[in-house]
Amino acid sequence: MSNKTLPAWVDVGVLPLLNVCLAFIVSGFVILLIGESPLEAVKYIITGAFGYDEGIGYTLFYTTNFIFTGLAVSIAFHAGLFNIGGEGQAYIGGLGVGLMCLSLDNFLPWWALLPFAIAAGAAFGAAWAFIPAYLQAYRGSHVVITTIMFNFIASALMVYLLVNVLIEPGSMAPQSRSLMESATLPSMQDLFAAVGIDIANSPLNVSIFLALICCVLVWLLLWHTRLGYSIRMIGFNENAAVYSGINTRRIIVITMCISGGLSAMVGINEVMGAQERILLDFVAGAGFTGIAVALMGRNHPIGIVIASLLFGALKQGGAELSFENPDIPNNIVVVIEGLVILFCGALTLMIKPGAEKIFLKLTNKKESANV
Amino acid sequence: MSSSHNAEQQGDMPPAIDLRKINKSFGPVHANKDVDLVVARGSIHGIIGENGAGKSTLMSILYGFYEADSGEILINGKLAAITSSKDAIYAGIGMVHQHFMLIDTFTVLENVMLGAEQSSSLKESKISARAELARLSVEFGLAVDPDAITGDLAVGLQQRVEILKALYRGAEILILDEPTGVLTPQEVNQLFDILNALRERGVSVMLITHKLQEIMAITDEVTVMRGGTMVATRETAKTTKAELAELMVGRKVLLEVDKSVAQPKEVLLETSNLTIKDDAGVTRLDAVSLKVHAGEILGIAGVSGNGQTELLDVLSGILPVQEGFIVLNGTTIDKKNVLNAKDFRHLSLGHVAEDRHKQGMVTDFSARECAIMGFQDEPEFNGPILMDNKAVTEHCVKLMDEFDVRPANPHLKAANFSGGNQQKLCLAREIERQPKVLLVGQPTRGVDIGAIEFIHQQIVQLRDAGHAVLVVSVELEEVMSLCDRIIVMFEGRIVGEMAASDADAQKLGLLMGNAGSNDQTSTQGASS
Repeated sequence: MSNKTLPAWVDVGVLPLLNVCLAFIVSGFVILLIGESPLEAVKYIITGAFGYDEGIGYTLFYTTNFIFTGLAVSIAFHAGLFNIGGEGQAYIGGLGVGLMCLSLDNFLPWWALLPFAIAAGAAFGAAWAFIPAYLQAYRGSHVVITTIMFNFIASALMVYLLVNVLIEPGSMAPQSRSLMESATLPSMQDLFAAVGIDIANSPLNVSIFLALICCVLVWLLLWHTRLGYSIRMIGFNENAAVYSGINTRRIIVITMCISGGLSAMVGINEVMGAQERILLDFVAGAGFTGIAVALMGRNHPIGIVIASLLFGALKQGGAELSFENPDIPNNIVVVIEGLVILFCGALTLMIKPGAEKIFLKLTNKKESANV
Repeated sequence: MSSSHNAEQQGDMPPAIDLRKINKSFGPVHANKDVDLVVARGSIHGIIGENGAGKSTLMSILYGFYEADSGEILINGKLAAITSSKDAIYAGIGMVHQHFMLIDTFTVLENVMLGAEQSSSLKESKISARAELARLSVEFGLAVDPDAITGDLAVGLQQRVEILKALYRGAEILILDEPTGVLTPQEVNQLFDILNALRERGVSVMLITHKLQEIMAITDEVTVMRGGTMVATRETAKTTKAELAELMVGRKVLLEVDKSVAQPKEVLLETSNLTIKDDAGVTRLDAVSLKVHAGEILGIAGVSGNGQTELLDVLSGILPVQEGFIVLNGTTIDKKNVLNAKDFRHLSLGHVAEDRHKQGMVTDFSARECAIMGFQDEPEFNGPILMDNKAVTEHCVKLMDEFDVRPANPHLKAANFSGGNQQKLCLAREIERQPKVLLVGQPTRGVDIGAIEFIHQQIVQLRDAGHAVLVVSVELEEVMSLCDRIIVMFEGRIVGEMAASDADAQKLGLLMGNAGSNDQTSTQGASS
């Protein structure tokens, strides 16, 4: 009943914004506690994230990763599955991307290689998600537990492969050889240079377009295909899905594989776009941030883009903050992120009753004023 | 607290409940509009109205779940500020919910004292609660074994525990929300005896129901609500069912199903020795064999939870066949030939689910998405890759038009339709395909009187067109008036069969409780 009292724009727009503000206010107190000025911190974060073109580049680069993992978490969420394994799926997906690139970069330019890399990455990510999905659908092992465990397995597996198999001969660093220049994705700097605009170098590359295309595809999938219809029905009401003759186990497995495949696209951005090699821990928490992104973005592609931008800016601005002011520890960004997740995810309903009352009072006043 | 009142005092006593100009809105929905209600002390006051008429909202305000936007509540003549159920209990109001608020694994005593313990020591609390419970049991004639495990008790006895809970908290005003939905006719009579006993001892009872015959049988006064307002209050002795029904709906209604004699033809659906065990190994369906003919409506009567749900599920492909077999339109379905719900639909079976919130629709979906459930793979709704959303919407508009679903907005969330309109949409979705066999679970559960008439007409029409219909309902009146042949189920077995013309509530009631005597012994056995 109560969700009828607020118009959609307040529910989807104003409330999350208020929640983010609350998270920032509390973060401000934390910074005060360690004896620094919150206002100065905000200044550093904002200028760090958006103040100059290199900063913007980094912000959007991180945003790209978060869009992929955010979409991955959200599509699983639509089927009622909580995929915590984005981190591992992205890691293994990146392995797929890297292997494909390493084997073909001598023969193909990046634009010809890209489809193969996407396919290989998606296949690896999907395969990594398939096992927990199968166990969930056919054996009842909870996907939250198994995907968490698969993150650790992925991590251990990658260390083994990088140290023992993929390492460049003669090198001490556990990473693969660099990809051929012709096989790496064009950076945004190259792209702008082609039309005569000069911008600073940053890891931002054409993967961001892939991310936006994925948003459209996910939107089409969820709301314009039979599969999406089945996915959402299972998420809302599994009994109704069985009543409708939907093979719920099969759909659960398919959904998780799509989710894993989307996470794997982080590998395109990182391995093929930025690092130009496979290295240790290149996912760097993007899989987990994706959970927060999906929560904040209300599992809708548009919301996910906005939330990704926020978290991308936090990551870049936070790095800048600890660089400019070494007294503020780097981990403060983790605290801020945690608070954003807390307020937008766990406490999302906390301010709702109050906001409802205020909103109703305001509208009532308006109505009585009109009378 | 629960002292008895003398009858002679009543003349100059203020009414137990006096609601004045209660208003409550949920956004644009005005659920209660200037509601006035007076309930005399020591009387049984019925409140009747269709779904969405505002009965539940009003009771929720009285019990402190909601706060009224404006208006006054006077309890025993004194202004009461009720903002939580704690305030309501303090004011002497007790509520028996439609779905019991009991902990199945607790004993009766523990349930009764939960949240109202007299002492911080559990042992002392139990001793004082036991004494108080014994006193209440004697005073109001509500015998229940205080040490019985609540979950083992029959539903009627669980309801007694709920009533005792309220009395234990000192309730002098008792609100009962649809109390008879889960009871056999015999249990209903016992409940009415209890309510009469309560009334004699000065307790005021408010009975919320949509069943006219209950209002006529037990209440002193009756208030009719429609569209959030009080439309009339009548002395029960001076009104009739027909008048109340008309007040509820706002127009004349046909209370009996208008249908001709059935002309059964060939068997379209047959089951043989169908047996279903649940995950815990409990037999839910026990060797059920039945036949449904073209051109007849077969009714399954029984107290809910006696295998009807499993029967519908297995007949529609939701549960796989474990033992026995089904013959549907000439196709045999058994352990080896496993078909899912979609395959059953392709064999020309329609299924209106018993519980539309659990199975029959997705309340978070829009109406247009609900209108293709089960048919989502049909070519007419799909392009080569994407769904043809325009065709889906048009289909929904068509169904809404044919079955008078209101509001006729295919994009509205299913949850925002009234129960009757949700049911009409589900029925429309299934009947539109003209299935040879139609299964209907609880055709009119949570459906308002105006829509009941329409739904019954649609089912009878389908029968007359030569289709086979199987109806499962816990409403005896409905089974008797709608169906041509009646089967009674008890604990997963078929315990009786008769033509609807031979059936009466007494006969069916005895079968539903498995001859009545068995009911009593089974509860006693469980409690000892």
